[in-house]
Amino acid sequence: MTAELFIQYLFAGITYGSMYAIVAIGFNIIYNTTGIINFAQGEFVMLGGMISITLLRFMPLPLAIVLAVGITMAVGALIEIVFIRWLKEPSVLRMVIITIGISILIREAALHIWGESVRSLPYFVGNEITTTGILGARISPQVIWVIGVCTMMVLLLSLFFGTTSVGREMRACAANRTAAILCGINTRNMVTLSFVLSAGIGALAGCVMSPITSTQYDNGTGLAIKGFTVAILGGLGNSGGAVAAGLLLGIIEAFSVSVVPLAFQEAIAIAILLLILFVRPNGLFGSKDLAGLKEF
Amino acid sequence: MALLEVENLQKRFGGLLAVDDVSFTVKQGLIKAVIGPNGAGKTTLFNLISGALPPTSGRIRYNGDDLGGKKPHSIAALGIARTYQNVKMFAGMTALENVMVGRHVRSRSGFLASMLKMPWTWSEEKEIRKRSVELLDLLGVADVADKEATSLAFGQQRAVEFARALAMEPSLLLLDEPAAGLNIYETAEVGRLIVRIRDLGITVLLVEHDMSLVMDISDEILVLSFGQTIAEGIPAAIQQDPEVIKIYLGE
Amino acid sequence: MKRIIALLVACLLVIAVELLCSWTGTLYYLTQMTMSAYYSLLIIGLCVVMGYAGQISLGHAGFFAIGGYLSAALTTRNLLLFHDSLLVRGLDFAGLLVTGKDIYGGALVVVTPWAACLFAVLVAATIAFLIGIPVLKLKGHYLAMATLGFGIIIYRLALASSYFGGADGISAVRPFPLCPGLSVSGGPSTRVENYYIAWGLVLLGVILLRNLINSRIGRALRAIHGSEEAAESMGVDTARYKLYIFVLSAVLAAIAGVFLTHYNGGIGPSEASVMKSVRYVAIVAVGGMAHLWGALTMSIVLNFLSLRGVFGTYDDAIFGTILILIMLFAPEGILRINVGQKLLSLGGVFKKGGRKD
Repeated sequence: MTAELFIQYLFAGITYGSMYAIVAIGFNIIYNTTGIINFAQGEFVMLGGMISITLLRFMPLPLAIVLAVGITMAVGALIEIVFIRWLKEPSVLRMVIITIGISILIREAALHIWGESVRSLPYFVGNEITTTGILGARISPQVIWVIGVCTMMVLLLSLFFGTTSVGREMRACAANRTAAILCGINTRNMVTLSFVLSAGIGALAGCVMSPITSTQYDNGTGLAIKGFTVAILGGLGNSGGAVAAGLLLGIIEAFSVSVVPLAFQEAIAIAILLLILFVRPNGLFGSKDLAGLKEF
Repeated sequence: MALLEVENLQKRFGGLLAVDDVSFTVKQGLIKAVIGPNGAGKTTLFNLISGALPPTSGRIRYNGDDLGGKKPHSIAALGIARTYQNVKMFAGMTALENVMVGRHVRSRSGFLASMLKMPWTWSEEKEIRKRSVELLDLLGVADVADKEATSLAFGQQRAVEFARALAMEPSLLLLDEPAAGLNIYETAEVGRLIVRIRDLGITVLLVEHDMSLVMDISDEILVLSFGQTIAEGIPAAIQQDPEVIKIYLGE
Repeated sequence: MKRIIALLVACLLVIAVELLCSWTGTLYYLTQMTMSAYYSLLIIGLCVVMGYAGQISLGHAGFFAIGGYLSAALTTRNLLLFHDSLLVRGLDFAGLLVTGKDIYGGALVVVTPWAACLFAVLVAATIAFLIGIPVLKLKGHYLAMATLGFGIIIYRLALASSYFGGADGISAVRPFPLCPGLSVSGGPSTRVENYYIAWGLVLLGVILLRNLINSRIGRALRAIHGSEEAAESMGVDTARYKLYIFVLSAVLAAIAGVFLTHYNGGIGPSEASVMKSVRYVAIVAVGGMAHLWGALTMSIVLNFLSLRGVFGTYDDAIFGTILILIMLFAPEGILRINVGQKLLSLGGVFKKGGRKD
């Protein structure tokens, strides 16, 4: 393998990896405040892409993206308010089935609105053949966009959770719900907020990725599975771990293109998930004792 | 002769030593109580004996068999039954069915035989039902046999759980706070019941907070504090022990 | 006694539907009734796994597909090219091969349907066993994701391999002669026989599963659902029982796959899709989870309507909606909603005046 090819694969891996990391962080945000794994997480990414593509007909790109992210956040809030908010101590089985049902509904709605065709946003800068040279390899500027936006999101999220009072309140909910309620935190609104946040970051990732990966109504399931793999690999609830694990999975996938036929790629990614679940269900960085404290 | 021998048992959760080098024996046919303040490691001790948690180090021997590495179901099959502090009824099953599950270790019908309803499973099924009804009767809850177990009052659930454990015909019965959540009359009732169980030849190891109950019925007492053995002996000796008095009354 | 009456009623209903259809000249309905029956065979198995043993599986379409695809491939893929290989010669020696003519008149050597069926079911059982050992240690979300992942792997493999026909699947699968004069095939002339074959299988499945549920083993499974820890301390080998029931349900799914494939004369990758698995879960949930007859009833109704095309392009959306509505408003299933009884049981609690913790 030439150094140039190596860099190219590496960047492809980082690009996809950033998106997996964002989906995984979306899982984590909701998991941390509610203990729910939201199986509809991948649908947020698809919605972001699809809505922005449609809006682009009426407005410039930046506005279309902002509006698409906003609409997806509203969808996230709606899901929480309609389906989740009023359930009292639902069982895990019940929540799994409900969020799966939601993901089906979103997908079917997308199918009826946008059809089966594959769409994509235009490249933010230049077009599909524009490249910039990095370390001797030719890289699409969109790749820089993806990596940049995803890094920004991770930084902003950690600032949000680390310094703002709302962020701290959300973390309090994650640590101990009852105690948070006693401290006067409105945990229900925090849960809504967590859905809004993870819908928002998913949608934004969906927009920046759309020129590279294209968007189709049924993108969600595959993304959800990979995002979940990454979330588990990084240790469920641990977003720093999710970034590392996302990049790892992305890079492994990118380099395996030369070895594994494309048709089997997804099967391989899932096989990795199963393997991790069997061998290290607490993730690469997670500790067994901590994981044992979580109710499953 | 000692039915249960615990040697240098230790259980560590991260930085916490929940059970710290505990050794004791439980003699056949006696009631032994484990007491101690909250967080003394009593329930952890039970989980270690029943196999629900693996010990960090140390040994547990039952009837001469080493229990190390055995799964809870194998330990149950050896004749150790237990109840839980906050009663674990099987939801979605009636009180009677709950007790019938207790007969599991005393019956043998397999998957295929059950599916094909082989003739030899009929008599076993009848026997299971008969014994279970008898036990519910013994504990005075036969009238709720066909009610869903989780819908029963707390005291009744506790009785059903007792029946379920007894249905296993254990030789050692582990009772985790059998009087918790009961009023004084019910507690006295439970005390009489435990003595009756011992008189049936079943060895009892119990964890309990209710001191009057413990002093009343126990043949031997083990006192734990912060995972360590503080004292061991007959109730009268424990009541006089300065260390124990210090723990319970403070300096 | 109650059980026998329920079974008798079911048998009479099966016969009544056939008589009604032939009397009104609408025998074509029996085709969808037959297909629904095969799906129901899978669903009653899943019902015991989910409702009674409390283990979710989002990958049962995978086992159905393993059965269907293997049986289809073995009975249609020509082995003539490999006739010198030891394996094929061995199969021939054992009398497990049949020769015939393909559509162009060339010689065709394939495995006999009985051997193919047995092999397919055996493979499904083995895979369920091997995958079940690690998967069933997982709980909640992890278990759901792992079984979902298994389903997707099977779907991807079916879609990506040319041996299984890729996106087109396998067609022109030949009838499955069960015994002389009786074969599983979808022609109009054998419609009535096949209706009874399918329903015979389903009712047999119901009898066996009902026996199981009401036995020592069944109680152990339900105890696992109630509290795995307590079941284990009662001496129930929870890992083994979960595994056995998982394998049993996989076998039922594979048998359903084999029969339906021969009945339809083909199988496509959509049979392995996630949506199918979700649909099966939805039907079990609507039926009331721990309710074999409920699952069977809802399976017939929903599959029949779906196969008749009543839901149109909203087919998947309808199952998604059903899933959500049931889980939100009636997690015990719609056949279990019994207002009178609920009030009575409430009254009972108050009358006892018992203390609840």
